[in-house]
Amino acid sequence: MTDLNGKDGYDRRKFLTGAAVAGVTPALAQMGAPAAAQAQAAKPPHAPSALPPNAKTIAAEIHPPEELSRVGGKPGSDFMIDVIKTLDIKYSPSNCASSFRALHESLIDYGENKSPEYISCMHEESGVAMAHGYFKASGKPLLTMVHGTVGLQHATMGIYNAFCDRVPLIVIGGNDMDAAHRPPGVPTFHAAQDINAIVRDYTKWDDTPVSLQHFAQSMVRAYTIAMTPPYGPVAISLDAGLQQEPIKEHLEKLYIPRYVPTSPPQGDSNAVKEAARLLVAADNPVIVADRVARTPNGVTLLIELAELLQASVVDQGSRMNFPNTHYLNRPAGAIPNADVVLGMELSDFWGTVNTYTDNGEDGVGVNGTRLKPTTKLISITSIDLLTKSNYQDFQRFQTVDVHMGADAETTLPSLIEAVKSAMTKDRAAAIEARVEKAKKAHADIRARELHAATVGWDSSPISTARLCMEIYGQIKDLDWSLVASEGNVSNWPARLWPIDKHHQWLGRSGGYGVGYGAPASIGAALANRDLGRFSVSIQSDGDLMFAPGVLWTAARHKIPLLAVMHNNRAWHQEVMHVQRLANFRNRVPNYGADRGPIGTTIENPDIEYHKLAESMGWWARGPVKDPAQLGAAIKEAVAVVRSGQPALLNVWTQPR
Amino acid sequence: MRYMGMIAAVAASLLVSITGACAASAEKGRVAFREKGCWQCHGYEGQGGANGLTLARTQLPLEAVDVFVRNTDGPMPPFSKKMLSDEDLADIYAFLSAQPVPADPKTIPLLAH
Ligand code: HEC
Ligand SMILES: Cc1ncc(C[n+]2csc(CCOP(=O)(O)OP(=O)(O)O)c2C)c(N)n1
Ligand SMILES: [Mg+2]
Repeated sequence: MTDLNGKDGYDRRKFLTGAAVAGVTPALAQMGAPAAAQAQAAKPPHAPSALPPNAKTIAAEIHPPEELSRVGGKPGSDFMIDVIKTLDIKYSPSNCASSFRALHESLIDYGENKSPEYISCMHEESGVAMAHGYFKASGKPLLTMVHGTVGLQHATMGIYNAFCDRVPLIVIGGNDMDAAHRPPGVPTFHAAQDINAIVRDYTKWDDTPVSLQHFAQSMVRAYTIAMTPPYGPVAISLDAGLQQEPIKEHLEKLYIPRYVPTSPPQGDSNAVKEAARLLVAADNPVIVADRVARTPNGVTLLIELAELLQASVVDQGSRMNFPNTHYLNRPAGAIPNADVVLGMELSDFWGTVNTYTDNGEDGVGVNGTRLKPTTKLISITSIDLLTKSNYQDFQRFQTVDVHMGADAETTLPSLIEAVKSAMTKDRAAAIEARVEKAKKAHADIRARELHAATVGWDSSPISTARLCMEIYGQIKDLDWSLVASEGNVSNWPARLWPIDKHHQWLGRSGGYGVGYGAPASIGAALANRDLGRFSVSIQSDGDLMFAPGVLWTAARHKIPLLAVMHNNRAWHQEVMHVQRLANFRNRVPNYGADRGPIGTTIENPDIEYHKLAESMGWWARGPVKDPAQLGAAIKEAVAVVRSGQPALLNVWTQPR
Repeated sequence: MRYMGMIAAVAASLLVSITGACAASAEKGRVAFREKGCWQCHGYEGQGGANGLTLARTQLPLEAVDVFVRNTDGPMPPFSKKMLSDEDLADIYAFLSAQPVPADPKTIPLLAH
């Protein structure tokens, strides 16, 4: 890493030491206060012969003439930028920090702040979650730079969400590994021996390159691994010395490996045939989809399969997999009637076909099944190819009859062909006979949902059905994208908005780490801005307050987003949890002076989210409590967003 | 809803204990619905949602509601008499019964499409 003998006359470590002793301000500022004091105490005392020089004079005396670089040759971090630029990464949402200052400087000066463009973030978790949302709207990964140790610690929940949601992103962390030569004090607090250990359980791969050539290989490898289904986050830690020192061209000729996309794993042909045989023979096949449609083509393929089989499709919604306007779309209630269930990229197969009731004796929940004993189960999931041990995102174990460790979207074309081959005249006739009944069932469900939406339509706080339909009323003629819906609005968008395009719904956090919604929606809105789409989010109060500084990022970088708040003035999920426990124990819960159990509501005082957003450069209004005024307020906000600004409406809502 | 099956059988024997029914007040019920926590899962107006069924204008008799609320072993946690008196429940029932008839979706432009 560090050539301590500094053959070319540039020894970073010696230079730093020398500078500190000479009292050079920048190097001193890098040290913690005690270290700086120590360095000064070591100076021999001397009597001033004249007034001490001021900072300007010192700077004029010690800085070389402007045109001379102090680094002999091209800095290592410039080469790193060359490597990164080959990967066509558009943005880098990051919070600045000295452990990657060299890369930062190379990016904005040498790299002209393009590919990637630096996006200023207030929190590392926000940067990662922005990358998370951006990928789901664009299909392209971003790179987030984080500070050594503490920045990475802040980033962790965002990385875990991305891991659980099978989203690729690249985290580059600074680190200064040379314990004998790195600055003492703060930079040493932020250095670690195995810095990526904290994220290793929920990244697909990580590395700590020790040479520039090693970095080039690791960066292209990291990108390749992240982008191979099942997608996932990767992390690279960059030694400060490696970033800061010049390339030693006389020692090695550097090259940049070419990125070649990996073709995703497809289901084994025998397993595909067996699945097709079961599906064709079934009288009531049900397809359950969670993360099938990695791309818009996944939706097209799933429609083709469903129509061939006239199979019901339950879209669990981690992506937009299947149009809710299609007559084969069904709620989860379709599962108990199935004789074959095809689970595709399910994050929880057990939970799909079983029940768990949180109301048992002694506080232990009760398990039950949703299935008939004869129901056959087929699973196609790439998650089986990426199971780690520690964190339990793999969920409970479910035995299935046909088990394919493969990417579902990639397997669909061969499954469709296999279904066509397995089809007989009789089966085709029996399947065709299901169409009319299926259309009627779909229409009946739609009518029931519309009736359910009318209950409490005029209530204040505003019902979640009204909230969602007032939003839809104002965006329906735009090319809209619901980038996030945080908190729980009783799933009204999926129940009532016609959703038939892949980008109209981007799914949830993946790991249920709350705080995803605000940054992920802004990241997705950044992608949608460039793609000419209108972004809307349903923004809950609890989610926003984990890291609200990301609102500033949206204003700063002119990211248009309509954020309509589902402000139920609580971490409402937890209101119900604590009430439930009190009921189990036959105790009246202590509400204090609030509406729900102490510690679960966000009131006294109420937060003025509209003022919070306004203070960070958003157009914002609220609190809207009267449903009759909501439509006009949203209309105004939509116009603002269409002019290129973010807008927030603080709406007081019913709890669910 | 496992409990609903046995409701009819048990209901008769419970009639005696529900004394508040005659004097029940929808206004007191509105307050009790909030103070006892029903709003959390059923919404302030009993409109229902992701965590609880619609209760507004329930078609169940008060006796059935009583049996259910006290004994449910399904997704709703049970409420004992210590947590919710018979009088409160009767008031809540009056409040839920007094909810307005919802409009036909065809008459609401946002739901008519
Ligand atoms: C923690 C959430 C929660 C709370 C608090 C709660 N409920 Fe429920 N309630 C539910 C759920 C979930 C169901 C559906 C139960 C089922 O399917 O078995 C339900 C069902 C009911 C039903 C049956 C409705 C029907 O048509 O079958 C009644 C009546 C009811 N609740 C009354 C109440 C009352 C009164 C309160 C307050 C004292 C209350 N609930 C508090 C969650 C809750
Ligand atoms: C980081 C994190 N902390 C705490 C929780 C526990 N939790 C689950 S839901 C929830 C409430 C979220 O509040 P809000 O976003 O307002 O949604 P609401 O339930 O009110 O609709 C909390 C705190 C979590 N999942 N993640
Ligand atoms: Mg909330």
